[in-house]
Amino acid sequence: MTDIPGRVSRRGFLMGSAASAAYATLMNPSLSYAQGELPPLEEYEPVYFTADEWRFVMAACDRLIPAEGDGPGALETRVPVFIDLQMAGSFGDASDWYMAGPHQPDADPLLGFQSPLTPAQIYRQAIPAFQEWCQTTHGDAFENLDSATKDKALTSLQKGDVALAPELRDFFSFLLQNTKEGYFADPKYGGNYQLKAWAYIGFPGARAAYTEWVTRHNQTYPLPALSISGERA
Amino acid sequence: MATRTDPKKDVVILGLGWTGSILGMELAQEGLEILALERGEDRNTVPDFQYPGVIDELKYGIRYGFMQKPTKMTLTVRHNTEQTALPYRHLGSFLPGDGVGGAGIHWNGHTWRTQDVELRLKSYVEETFGADIIPEGMQIQDWGVTQEELEPYYDRLEYMMGISGKAGNINGEIQEGGNPFEAPRARDYPNPPLDNTYDAELFADAARKFGYHPFPRPAANASRAYTNEYGMQLGPCNYCGFCERFGCLNYSKASPQTCILDALKQKPNFSYKTHAEVLKIEKAADGKTATGVTYFDEKTGDEVFQPADLVLVCTYSLNNVHLLLLSGIGQPYDPATGEGVVGRNYSYQMTGGTALFFKDKNFNPFIGTGSVGMSIDDFSISQIDFAEEGFIGGSYITGGHTGGRPIQQLSTPPGTPSWGQGWKEAAGQWYACKMSIGSHGSNMSYRDCYLDLDPTYTDRHGRPLMRMTFNWKDNDIKMTQFMKGKIEEVAKSMNPDKMASGFKHDGSQYDVRPYQSTHNVGGAIMGTDPKTSVINRYLQSWDCHNVFVMGASAYPQNTQYNPTGPLGALAYWAADAIRKDYLKNPRPLM
Ligand SMILES: Cc1cc2nc3c(=O)[nH]c(=O)nc-3n(C[C@H](O)[C@H](O)[C@H](O)COP(=O)(O)OP(=O)(O)OC[C@H]3O[C@@H](n4cnc5c(N)ncnc54)[C@H](O)[C@@H]3O)c2cc1C
Ligand code: SF4
Repeated sequence: MTDIPGRVSRRGFLMGSAASAAYATLMNPSLSYAQGELPPLEEYEPVYFTADEWRFVMAACDRLIPAEGDGPGALETRVPVFIDLQMAGSFGDASDWYMAGPHQPDADPLLGFQSPLTPAQIYRQAIPAFQEWCQTTHGDAFENLDSATKDKALTSLQKGDVALAPELRDFFSFLLQNTKEGYFADPKYGGNYQLKAWAYIGFPGARAAYTEWVTRHNQTYPLPALSISGERA
Repeated sequence: MATRTDPKKDVVILGLGWTGSILGMELAQEGLEILALERGEDRNTVPDFQYPGVIDELKYGIRYGFMQKPTKMTLTVRHNTEQTALPYRHLGSFLPGDGVGGAGIHWNGHTWRTQDVELRLKSYVEETFGADIIPEGMQIQDWGVTQEELEPYYDRLEYMMGISGKAGNINGEIQEGGNPFEAPRARDYPNPPLDNTYDAELFADAARKFGYHPFPRPAANASRAYTNEYGMQLGPCNYCGFCERFGCLNYSKASPQTCILDALKQKPNFSYKTHAEVLKIEKAADGKTATGVTYFDEKTGDEVFQPADLVLVCTYSLNNVHLLLLSGIGQPYDPATGEGVVGRNYSYQMTGGTALFFKDKNFNPFIGTGSVGMSIDDFSISQIDFAEEGFIGGSYITGGHTGGRPIQQLSTPPGTPSWGQGWKEAAGQWYACKMSIGSHGSNMSYRDCYLDLDPTYTDRHGRPLMRMTFNWKDNDIKMTQFMKGKIEEVAKSMNPDKMASGFKHDGSQYDVRPYQSTHNVGGAIMGTDPKTSVINRYLQSWDCHNVFVMGASAYPQNTQYNPTGPLGALAYWAADAIRKDYLKNPRPLM
């Protein structure tokens, strides 16, 4: 995570985020670790994404892990913030990857990622291409479509029915993978706000010590999730 | 060209992972001046594996924080000799290590001995079933050592690592509760088995009803406090669930750090350098010995020539083969003629599994260790009639799990959409209710599965990357389909609400994207004939007698087990040959 010069540092809120009173009911509430709420997601200023891109990312995350039904959605858990910070960091610029040419982006997919573009560049080029497809096919920008049409559009993207340049063919799989990563990664990366995704599935996070629990078969583990910074759900 | 030459050492060790650490310790006891060169960074339990920083799934489990960075070193892959190989641009199918400890810090710890027949597979098949059952193009060989010869070295390895397990055969006597199909061993494991998780127990109960023989999978996760022969101490594992892909926070997983390095670092005749990437093994003018190595000193940008009398190649199987090819040690293998040896017989691991979902069971998936589980060897290589089944090979089968890290390890039942409300609700409903039964199987070697230098792609120093030519073959697909049948039978008897299998099937091609295993073997294989092997039975280069090549690159074909048991035993075996024989009279040992 890098602080971008000239912008207010976000490190402060990301590192020490807040705990939820709602999920602390399993524990003695006085033990929960609270540092106050973050400003609403709508007020977040993206580090990497432009305003147009951000509207798409917010709307797409909201369909990939929607608020409806059991469990928190991607917006409630601030998944778009996670994706934005990943794009600004070493994942976004593929800094660990072998990026030398020649490139054969239309190669047999079994041979793996072959685009000359980094993930951040792929988001940058694929979002407008997909938006154009949404305009032509569904008559509006993705974020303005109704939920059912958004789901249809994302399904077309996933199935490869949206004609994207071969350099961009991994766009949907990055988007989906990054969305799930943001939902389930430690909150220090900006998503999984208040450990809500962990609390929802019953993953205790960074507890990492279960000696006397191994042989308690088929029983419910009692402690709520814990983050690396010590925040508890 | 080297910009600096350093003072000569008796021994230079290339890579400080499992095999480099074992060799370092054994030869340090001879009083030799030893230098280990490690390309990656230094790593210690504190601060690198310390709680809570290491309990970070994204950083280590998903972004591969401890592993080889393709930007610095990778290879290219293709399915056959007609195809153009393309770079393995980010990690997926296998995860080589990087830094002190190598992949030995972030392995699971399944620590097996091979079966006797696996070490003499070609002879066994010919004697038992006839040479004509070996399919066209399959190129299996004998290793040149026997299980009986290796037994004392396995014993040393297991006692060094503090393995938790239960013997199945002590000096020919079958032990209740152990693996009855294992080769005879001199004594039991140093530590008792780990406690079983719920899924392991359920699998074992079901397997017993079929007449199978479940036993605890041998684990390099300590079940109690233990001190090894070097005075290194392990504490009992706490089932943290962040084991494979992570360094152990608890001094419980056997690794070079927990079992060897702190003791080795105290020896005045041993030293090591990090950020020192060996580029080439240099040969003497007559080509019969090596004079030392040239390495890239990342801190200064220098290319350094390090002279040494003995060169030990311990850089992990794939890197070992790459270095030999770049150094011109041994003739490169040519699949068209079958001549040459370096790169010959690359093979991998054939794995598959069945997931079982139970509405009313809670497996607490986050409670796990790298190796806990109950296995059966009833369908192992020695137990299968190859002629009748129509394939050569076998698998061990395990019920158990290593952790419940949600990005990597959460799975949903078949038919669940991959996103949307359906995915989210299934994730919540089934996270704790899933278990799996896995098959870990052999992979034979073939004439057209091999390693050579890539004609197009280069590394950051401008040297050719290595090229892997590999695909799945019918023989191994038949084997895994056989295991699927056996596993599904047991799985169904357990009455899960839902079930899903993932096994290679007819037409499956090698896919570099999903993780399969870091069990890349072959390419610098051992044997007793220099025409078909790179190293002799003491892991000594046929070409340069002061070069020894460790690791799974020595395997003529893959066994059905994880590789570190045999490669660790072979490291002790080679160390013994060097100590007892080679040092007195340096020469080809065969
Ligand atoms: C996730 C995972 C799980 C695994 N689980 C198991 C398991 O359960 N059971 C099992 O048997 N095996 C397992 N393995 C495999 C096991 O880790 C390896 O078999 C073992 O570490 C190999 O030992 P080695 O000494 O050959 O290589 P390593 O231990 O990897 O050491 C090689 C070292 O050489 C260094 N190096 C490479 N090239 C150079 C160079 N040019 N110059 C200098 N240094 C160099 C590397 O940085 C590294 O430190 C697993 C591996 C992974 C990644
Ligand atoms: S599961 Fe056990 S051995 Fe593995 S990392 Fe955790 S404490 Fe260490």
